[in-house]
Amino acid sequence: MPPTPPAVRRAAVTLGAAVGVFGVSFGVVATGAGLSVPMACAFSLFVFTGATQFAAVGVLASGGSPVAAIATGLLLGARHIGYGLALHPLLPRSRRRRLLAAQFLIDESTAMATAQTDKRNAAGAFWWAGLSVFVAWNLGTAVGAVFGDALGDPADLGLDAVFPAAFLALLAPHLRDAGGRAAALSGAALALTLVPFTPAGVPIVAGAIGALVGLRLAPPGADPADSDAP
Amino acid sequence: MTWGWPALAGLAAGSYALKVLGLLVLGDRTLHPTVLRLLALLPAALIAALIVVSTFANERELVVDARAAGLAAAGVAVWRRASFLVVVIAAAGAAAAVRAIT
Repeated sequence: MPPTPPAVRRAAVTLGAAVGVFGVSFGVVATGAGLSVPMACAFSLFVFTGATQFAAVGVLASGGSPVAAIATGLLLGARHIGYGLALHPLLPRSRRRRLLAAQFLIDESTAMATAQTDKRNAAGAFWWAGLSVFVAWNLGTAVGAVFGDALGDPADLGLDAVFPAAFLALLAPHLRDAGGRAAALSGAALALTLVPFTPAGVPIVAGAIGALVGLRLAPPGADPADSDAP
Repeated sequence: MTWGWPALAGLAAGSYALKVLGLLVLGDRTLHPTVLRLLALLPAALIAALIVVSTFANERELVVDARAAGLAAAGVAVWRRASFLVVVIAAAGAAAAVRAIT
């Protein structure tokens, strides 16, 4: 694995800082919903999947059963199967490394790894993003859980717009070839279509079908931009 | 919230299983170029879906609010090849500005 380029490290740290703010809001929301401080922190340490955590706490807070909280949370997390498959060719083959890497497999680390035009940087980008977000998310959760409502609503600062914006920046390299554009457009269209009709989580997972559309429109070798050659 | 701990244990185990599945299920086999191509396209589709859902969905409703302004600003910044930090700040600034005036 070559040294991770400084631009990638900077992007990973920036991403971590932005996600840390959401960690704060998770801490606030979780303790507001009645979770103890250690429990809120344990969620972020061991589940470490933002959307899943927010959804599960929401279900618990509204009086739902643990089973309902788990089912809702895992439905939202189902997209990680797709992330793992996508990262399969990019991470080293060591089984032990992969068992460890799985804990840090999140939206951010997948997006950073797959955004690398030079595939040799993918594993480094994965670890930098995964670890930086892990540290920031957990610190943020602890701060939010301890200091609670004194911190105010992150939405007032426009921070809820940071999440899609960061992923748009990470999507950009995928849009350089026809297959990636087709996959992204059809995935987005399908997800939006499903939002009113399916439980949260389903639209994003269904968006994966966009990859098949991309494959159909631009099979391997059809597009010179796909080539791994520098 | 005593039943929080069982929920937490189930979610932690389930989330880890979802994450590890895709990394291990294909094992050591060498993959066909078509499969590799499909796997390379998967993040584009999933990330695009994640972006639009986190911008335009409010529970099960489709809405256009300050987040859309943030995404538009981010789009311009990405198109102008701005750095990652600039993209993020442009989005937050645009969303906060729209919220402040509405």
